[in-house]
Amino acid sequence: MWKWLHPYANPEVSYHFAGRIIPWLSVCAALILSIGFIWALAFAPADYQQGDSFRIFYIHVPAASLSMGIYFGMAVAAFTSLVWQFKLADASAAAMAPVGATFTAIALITGSAWGKPMWGTWWIWDARLTSELILLFLYLGVMALHNAFEDKNLAGKAAGILTLVGVINLPIIKYSVEWWNTLHQGSTVSKLGKPSMSIEMLWPFMFCFFGFVLLVSVIICIRFRSEILARNSIRPWVRTLVSAHLTKEKTNAV
Amino acid sequence: MQFDSFSAFIDMGGYGFYVWLSYGVAVILLLMLIISSITGHKHVIKNIAQRKQREDKLRQVRKQRQKQDKDLKSDKHQEAVE
Repeated sequence: MWKWLHPYANPEVSYHFAGRIIPWLSVCAALILSIGFIWALAFAPADYQQGDSFRIFYIHVPAASLSMGIYFGMAVAAFTSLVWQFKLADASAAAMAPVGATFTAIALITGSAWGKPMWGTWWIWDARLTSELILLFLYLGVMALHNAFEDKNLAGKAAGILTLVGVINLPIIKYSVEWWNTLHQGSTVSKLGKPSMSIEMLWPFMFCFFGFVLLVSVIICIRFRSEILARNSIRPWVRTLVSAHLTKEKTNAV
Repeated sequence: MQFDSFSAFIDMGGYGFYVWLSYGVAVILLLMLIISSITGHKHVIKNIAQRKQREDKLRQVRKQRQKQDKDLKSDKHQEAVE
């Protein structure tokens, strides 16, 4: 496996590999996400208790679980970069942070728009909501640290340490609904084996979830490429790539 | 289809505002993220190109100056010989 993985440790190979998969991933993401959204909005049945407000579920839950999943991925990348001095891991961690922050924000906002009609309040300082808000601040802190230093290696180290300390928040978010009394309802999807959801609701959820996963991969690939270029700006291959890009732009302009 | 008419679809059984607010915010935030990622990539390329141009120019100036210095020295040398 290491032999197979080895070429991808080269920034140039990774850069071109990410560039090649972006078009495929974007087409799949657009397709699956549109199916998921239309299904969720128009064809999925209304909940017998929550009525049509339940349709918020189809973006709230994927966004919330992705906000935690991306953080976990970022923590793995930060760990690899701190322990094995693997430079590309830093670039990928820096690429993931803004994506995760966006999904955390979406989870919080849609959650609050769901909470207003169901609980009668936009916001409450309960365990699930507060720990998710802390996750947003962790993401913002990581992003700020990545941008705070001119030296990207130093920035990666500082942001990596914050990322690893923040991992403690993930189990707190996950189990907050079980450990504390909270307004937030328990998990519906991730009960292994028998999700407490009807099939007509599970399918559109799956489409939305995997559509979001694909979209996340597309955006991370785009940002990963920028991070690689910024970190390798003095390498000859980046130089030739940039000048080729400029001449192409000039001919397009003419 | 769960709805009888388009207005029922918009109304969402009375929850229209909250449902459309959620979907709207999600779509807008994601679009913003996608656009900022793409423009960010172009920005990085432009920055590197600018730095490269600046360095190339500096290198040229340095070369020219070295050449001038050499010419000047050889001129002086010739004067001395004469």
